[in-house]
Amino acid sequence: MSNLYFIIPELFISLSVMALLVLGVFKNNSSKIIFYFSCLIILVSLAINLNINITQTIFLFNNSYLVDQLSLFIKSIILISAFFVMFCSYNYVIVNNILKIEYPILILCSLLGMLVMISSNDLIVFYIGLELQSLALYVLASFNRDNILSSESGLKYFVLSALSSGLLLYGCSLIYGFSNSTNFNEISQNFNFEYGVIFGMVFVIVGLAFKISAVPFHMWAPDVYQGSPTSVTVLFAILPKIAALTVFIKFLYGPFINLFEEWQAIIIFLSVASMILGAVAAIGQKNLKRLIAYSSISHMGYALAGLTTGTNQGIQSSIIYLIIYLIMNLAFFSCLFMLKRKDKFYENIEDLSGLSKKHPILALSFLIILFSLAGIPPLAGFFAKFYVFMAVIQKEMYFLAIVGLLATVIAAFYYLRVIKIIYFDPEQEKFDTSMSLGLKLTLILSTSAILMYFLNPNFLNKYITNILVI
Amino acid sequence: MFPILSSLIILPLIGSLFLIFIRSSEKNTSLKYVALFITFANFFLSLYLWKIFDPSISTFQFVENRIWIEGFINYKVGIDGISILFVILTTFITPLCIISVNSTITYRLKEFLIAILIMETLMIGIFCSLDLVIFYLFFEGGLIPMFLIIGIWGGDRRVYSAFKFFLFTLVGSVLMLVAIIAIYWISGTTDVEKLYELGIQEEYQKLLWLAFFSSFAVKTPMWPVHTWLPDAHVEAPTAGSVLLAAILLKMAGYGFIRFSVGLFPLASIYFVPLVYSLSLIAIIYTSLVALMQEDMKKLIAYSSVAHMGFVTLGIFTFTQQGIEGSIFQMISHGLISAALFLSVGVVYDRLKTRQIKDYSGLVNIMPKYAIVMMIFTLGALGLPGTSGFIGEFLVLMGTFKKSIITAAIASIGVILGAAYMLWLYKRVVFGNLLKTIDVKKMVDLNKYETLILSSLAILIIVFGFYPEPLIKTYATSIDNFINTINVPTELSLIEKVK
Repeated sequence: MSNLYFIIPELFISLSVMALLVLGVFKNNSSKIIFYFSCLIILVSLAINLNINITQTIFLFNNSYLVDQLSLFIKSIILISAFFVMFCSYNYVIVNNILKIEYPILILCSLLGMLVMISSNDLIVFYIGLELQSLALYVLASFNRDNILSSESGLKYFVLSALSSGLLLYGCSLIYGFSNSTNFNEISQNFNFEYGVIFGMVFVIVGLAFKISAVPFHMWAPDVYQGSPTSVTVLFAILPKIAALTVFIKFLYGPFINLFEEWQAIIIFLSVASMILGAVAAIGQKNLKRLIAYSSISHMGYALAGLTTGTNQGIQSSIIYLIIYLIMNLAFFSCLFMLKRKDKFYENIEDLSGLSKKHPILALSFLIILFSLAGIPPLAGFFAKFYVFMAVIQKEMYFLAIVGLLATVIAAFYYLRVIKIIYFDPEQEKFDTSMSLGLKLTLILSTSAILMYFLNPNFLNKYITNILVI
Repeated sequence: MFPILSSLIILPLIGSLFLIFIRSSEKNTSLKYVALFITFANFFLSLYLWKIFDPSISTFQFVENRIWIEGFINYKVGIDGISILFVILTTFITPLCIISVNSTITYRLKEFLIAILIMETLMIGIFCSLDLVIFYLFFEGGLIPMFLIIGIWGGDRRVYSAFKFFLFTLVGSVLMLVAIIAIYWISGTTDVEKLYELGIQEEYQKLLWLAFFSSFAVKTPMWPVHTWLPDAHVEAPTAGSVLLAAILLKMAGYGFIRFSVGLFPLASIYFVPLVYSLSLIAIIYTSLVALMQEDMKKLIAYSSVAHMGFVTLGIFTFTQQGIEGSIFQMISHGLISAALFLSVGVVYDRLKTRQIKDYSGLVNIMPKYAIVMMIFTLGALGLPGTSGFIGEFLVLMGTFKKSIITAAIASIGVILGAAYMLWLYKRVVFGNLLKTIDVKKMVDLNKYETLILSSLAILIIVFGFYPEPLIKTYATSIDNFINTINVPTELSLIEKVK
């Protein structure tokens, strides 16, 4: 029984999912109630999760599941951001008529998958979590059934993701074959430098790189981001990335730590390629969601750069990067949800033209968010990059630092282009101003977090420094 | 102790917050008065700072040191004789900019004033910060408001110029960021005072120097990365040009003294030929380019590049005269270039053209304008009796000590400077009045313009005859500064001999 104490959040979510399904079956038109309930469930499980206090790493269920500071912290982050994602997208799902009972339930399922994935200490548990998360997301991507782009994106995501899962499984089986165990602790103990393990590791990294859309496994991201309903895109942009990157950390610094020199080169390549391609390919984009897709590719490159160092500081910098990244994305998408005119949501860059004259506050938020995404001080985005490069330069990887920072200059160009359209171009018709409280609140909170971050950067560091991975 | 420097930095920011909550309408003059009140308060505060500042102490004064990122970076500000003058220059120029918006900014006045006030906060922060990371924050943060000032209120090619300004500066400064982080790992601190004491190992100095140089060279601007400046100046509104010329360019000169020379003395000595040749090219080449310009603002922009060439030349002589001259030149150029851009703004507001050929014989209808413009022209060409003379003279004196040829070539720049400035004056102010000029529009200076331009003219002349207050302020600091540069040099020479 004592084992169960540490997985109450997961248990709570899975039981609630079942209860909500039953509710959905027996009560007509219950989609709104289920939506509210799911928000509540997320908050409750967040509260439970925050209440779990541990002093050391705890292994459960025959070492196949683990609870430590890192996983608890990331779980809280995921739950908070899931709550805000649902909070801010409520208007959108109502207006676009995609609020069926399955919608919030699927989100909960994918959340459950992520939580399991983060806490897994065994290849099989890990894979179950990953697939639960992905399966729910496939359906969510194509949730707007009448829209051809949405169906296309769902299918595309499904096919490519299945391929990557296949690669991942193949890698897992190779690792199992050469190390006689599926348990992370035992894999690193029974370690011998055989090519089979290295191959296995490469396949696992490829599978995970697909999930965080690192170059060269990024092809799906722009299409899926554009095609899915925006309320799902924001989910894609935030939650799976945090989960997958945490698993990245766990894999690289867990079972694969002995292969540091081998994987370091791979991660450096993924990181540099993502930074550069994300920056260059975004220049020609016309759709804001595609733009943010490429931008998130390049942001993942920076987050990976922190992992290449092999130091605690590097890992901490990556986690800080992720958190700031998620705040910026939340803010950006809240702005997107504001672009509504007569029940139609706009998502092209041209639609922003002259926004600053009719909607000065929305334009100012866009300005802050975009400059922060570009990494201009004193906004939060700068600090994210600053910490990462701090860690990178500590290990004297100047090449990575200089390439990364020059990529920010290229990236700055397309963010500036959006700002130019908002501030310098002729104005257009007014957008609707009546927005739900949740959306406004999310935007205000996230934007002021970005703007005020520099006043007290210790706030985040304090939590992160407790997390020692190695 | 009362945190006077932090209040100087924060006051404009608070002012801009105030402005956000004032309802703006086209006719609302209260916006301007609030902004003016804040900036004047800041100006008087900085004058008070100058009064209680002790010029006989060479170390940093009014130092505030607070933990910012724990165990890592401190928020540290402080001033010495070098930086206090730039702080006062900033607080002096900003209210003038705000007075000048009267006629130049016709739309979105509130946002403009907010941008200017935030800019003032950042500029004062740059000159006060004693930590490399804090310096970088202020240095880079300035890009955002300036980008908007050029882009929203600029001329026809404003988008191109704003992008060019932003990206050029950003490329230079990201390399500086790498260098700052590298310094942290090499020396364990980014505190400037501690770094002065510790020094940085010789093996790292050259690369770090180049990284800092890339940032400051773009900002100065030095040839060949000066091309953003004419575009940005021409397209920016008058107040934006004034801020750019008077203060933003000085950030780099200040950075050269404080960081490039101060932190990496050995590398600075090593790279002297590079700096000399780039400065000479800047002085001669851009003076020649300035001769060819048909746009008044562009001509003054190129002349700024040439004048900044003298500044870099002077700094890298490492002599008392050279560095003193450079600082004097920066202050005086801050006044003169601000005055020249404001003067161009005066006629631009009336005729909406900056082409030299569209003007002639202004002396017939605008006598007051002709007088102040004459003072500024003479100041720009460095006539004895104006502040422009002292800076150039000291720089040339310092250069002469080190390299006669360099000094000789640089003096040609002085002659060329006289040529383009006097020619500009002759074409615009003298001659017969053009028939195309609408006499009714070309009224003489109004009271606001008279106030701004005459205060600048008086300062230019006063500092020309009586430079003592400025020189006294920074003399001890520079004395001390030169000693700190020279000590490690001699030591390393001794080591090499052994």
